[in-house]
Amino acid sequence: MRHSLGIKDSMKKNSMLLVLIATMILFNGLISASGRGSLFVPANISNLISQNSYVVILATGMLLCILTGGNIDLSVGSVVALVGALAGTLIVNLGWNIYFSIFICLLTGLAIGAWQGFWIAYVRIPPFITTLAGMLLWRGVALIILNGLTISPFPEEYLRYFNSFLPNTDDKARVFTITFVLGVIICLVVIAYTLFNRQTKKKKGYQIEPLAYTIARIVFLSAAILLVASLLGQHKGIPVVLILLAVIVLGYSYFTSRSVPGRHLYALGGNEKAAKLSGINTNRVLFFAYANMGFLAGVAALVGVARFNSAAPTAGTNYELDAIGACFIGGASAYGGTGTVGGAIIGAIFMGVLNNGMSILGIDANWQKAVKGIVVLAAVVFDVLSKKRVKSN
Amino acid sequence: MDTLLLEMKHITKTFPGVKALDDVTLDVRQGEIHAIVGENGAGKSTLMNILSGVYPAGSFEGEIIIHGESCHFHTIKESEQKGIAIIHQELALVPYLTIGENMFLGNERGSYFRIDWDKTYNRADELLSMVGLEESSKIAIKDIGVGKQQLVEIAKALAKNVKVLILDEPTASLNDSEAKKLLDLLLEFKSKGMTSILISHKLNEVSYVADRITVIRDGQVITTMDKEQKAFAEDEIIKAMVGRSIEDRFPKRNIKIGEVSLEVEHWTVYNPINQGKKICDDITINLHKGEVVGISGLMGAGRTEFVMSLFGKSYGQDISGTVRINGKEVHLNTVQQAIDNKIAYVTEDRKTNGLILSKPIMENTTLANLKAISNHQIIDPDLEMQVSKDMVAKMGTKCSSVLEDVNNLSGGNQQKVLLGKWIFTEPEILLLDEPTRGIDVGAKYEIYTIINQLAEEGKSILVISSEMPEILGICDRIYVLSEGRIVGEMLGSEASQEAIMTCIIQNQKGAKTS
Repeated sequence: MRHSLGIKDSMKKNSMLLVLIATMILFNGLISASGRGSLFVPANISNLISQNSYVVILATGMLLCILTGGNIDLSVGSVVALVGALAGTLIVNLGWNIYFSIFICLLTGLAIGAWQGFWIAYVRIPPFITTLAGMLLWRGVALIILNGLTISPFPEEYLRYFNSFLPNTDDKARVFTITFVLGVIICLVVIAYTLFNRQTKKKKGYQIEPLAYTIARIVFLSAAILLVASLLGQHKGIPVVLILLAVIVLGYSYFTSRSVPGRHLYALGGNEKAAKLSGINTNRVLFFAYANMGFLAGVAALVGVARFNSAAPTAGTNYELDAIGACFIGGASAYGGTGTVGGAIIGAIFMGVLNNGMSILGIDANWQKAVKGIVVLAAVVFDVLSKKRVKSN
Repeated sequence: MDTLLLEMKHITKTFPGVKALDDVTLDVRQGEIHAIVGENGAGKSTLMNILSGVYPAGSFEGEIIIHGESCHFHTIKESEQKGIAIIHQELALVPYLTIGENMFLGNERGSYFRIDWDKTYNRADELLSMVGLEESSKIAIKDIGVGKQQLVEIAKALAKNVKVLILDEPTASLNDSEAKKLLDLLLEFKSKGMTSILISHKLNEVSYVADRITVIRDGQVITTMDKEQKAFAEDEIIKAMVGRSIEDRFPKRNIKIGEVSLEVEHWTVYNPINQGKKICDDITINLHKGEVVGISGLMGAGRTEFVMSLFGKSYGQDISGTVRINGKEVHLNTVQQAIDNKIAYVTEDRKTNGLILSKPIMENTTLANLKAISNHQIIDPDLEMQVSKDMVAKMGTKCSSVLEDVNNLSGGNQQKVLLGKWIFTEPEILLLDEPTRGIDVGAKYEIYTIINQLAEEGKSILVISSEMPEILGICDRIYVLSEGRIVGEMLGSEASQEAIMTCIIQNQKGAKTS
């Protein structure tokens, strides 16, 4: 009987996280050695978060699509451009109410997703084709709306919802204290939640993992949270966008791992025929995955225009590839049915660290691309091989 | 005429846990049509796969001798070079390529870097006319019917200078006139000196074309009959095919049959692609509480199609007929509706249609009834773990934990997970399609025990099985299905293998003359 995960099993499960940590340490060493400071400078961590917020959001949506059977959505970059263009037009050019404009933008994203989902799920046009068409179509519509021009700047009232920091004060000591205390509170919540879960399991007579594992996990998580909190506290505080990301990531993570429709996603990707014969409406599941992707692309667009303070015709170029890459780096199966939101996020952060680290090192942009290609392949190869090795043991 | 073309001597082939062939010796004479008959799973196809190199030399014991020369085939290509061509039951043609391209696939005319298309299509047309096909070789395979595709396969074999043509259930998916045409073609080839091996369990076809018949049962050759010595008698063949005792292989149970639970009347289903083809023709059956009812019939009789069409219209189109559960008429248009009406369908193909192989036992167990472990669409993982463990214990599934992927389980244990998945939906009516296919004798016994338990709990069970002893061993009542129609109904206590076979064959004869 396997009562608990052995060290090898947990290594296998978290091999990509280990790769990420190793990469961070490696970059930090290189950056320090070349006398350019450190990867873990407070301002840089803050920067890393806002730089990669869009990948995290898109990767979350993309993961749901990939789960349904390795299906990808190539149109997200164009949808980001289109919704961004719409936001620029409504908020800057027409001066509409900001909340109403945000609502319209999200609705548009959802409608685009639903349109593509309809063709994919109910007419069974291959997702690759449907979204390739979408990639051209929505980019074209964005260009038409913008007439090839960039809209900027956005009103301060809009920007502060995405670009500001909490707490909103200039007193450095206060910022640090409040941020750190918040970190401690989150840690306490995590600890309380974990222990509470353990207790209820015990009470109901279910099997529980050894206390040592629970403690090890709590210690690791708390250390990570406190480290990030103290780094952010030394800069300007918690970026508002981080809160948005946390809500999305935790929400979707819970949805995929704990909800019935989430389980249906995995079942569809694992074996569509078996899912159908188990009474699952597979068409609806597939439709949902793509409609949701459109919605999250809308969210990413709103975050994007705030970060760049402009709506540009070229916005969102290659975003789809970043999101797809993040999912696969994070261990999602190209055949569907396997993968987690957490994994996709690790993949997104990995890509972000790679970009960020190389930029700090001052590596030429052309070289950056080439290196990124090799490193992405190497990371996935490592992941696949390490899983194989553990399996054969 | 009497020279030996091919000999297979003392062939023994074991799969993990199963001896598929046990010291089989077979000889084929030059220019004869040699039929191999036997029940499903008797070992006919395994034997032919050995001959054609699908199972390479070394993976079995015994010797293959062609024209007095011992052969060791490691690939299909090597056996083809010796003139052996096998046409499988499932056709191996590429639908979007033309007939000509398919015929010379892997055997292209011209040179490696320049295919000679004129030569290809000219030769293809010649061969097509030899098998009596008038189609141009330039049309795509997907545009011709299954019967014609079968002829293309034969033409493809001819293109390889075939000496021995092996046909594995060639008429299974053909209608009567197509089948007749194919059999006549074999006779025509014979008159030109071609040797064929025909695998079939349709005795009327076999008697019609074969010179000799070898009967295989449980991986052993029972007898070889020769037309010249004595005319074929079907009842003798049947006896040889099925004659074995069935004591002790099936657990006993207390039979307590209650009132009628399921009634299906005038159930008619058409093929989902071929609109005109009736798959189920006016089927009327009923099922009582606490009763195990079997549906017996040959492959292609429409058994699976029937139960799948019943289970939320998962198969077919233009479905008509009525279904009553406990006397109340119900409409089962989706799988969910069927599940809600307490029906469960355990598929014959657990790997393709039943289980998610890459997922743990736990997720497979709960998939069809997530409602039971969730509250407002949120799954309770602890409860899920618990119910899965309970089910594994109840079914006696051997595994390291419920988190083990189904992939890693043996066939018998996978079947238990699949059955457990459906028992977890708390059904009143279970449709079990080949519940013991491809699992060993011990696991079969355990599955029978579970079926008995379910019946004793008052559930109604419909069992489809190709293994007649199984049907006879566990069923209280048996329906015989042939070509989409119910052609017989008998009590389990009164039924015999001969009676069922006779029932089927008489019906086939009737269909053939009409």
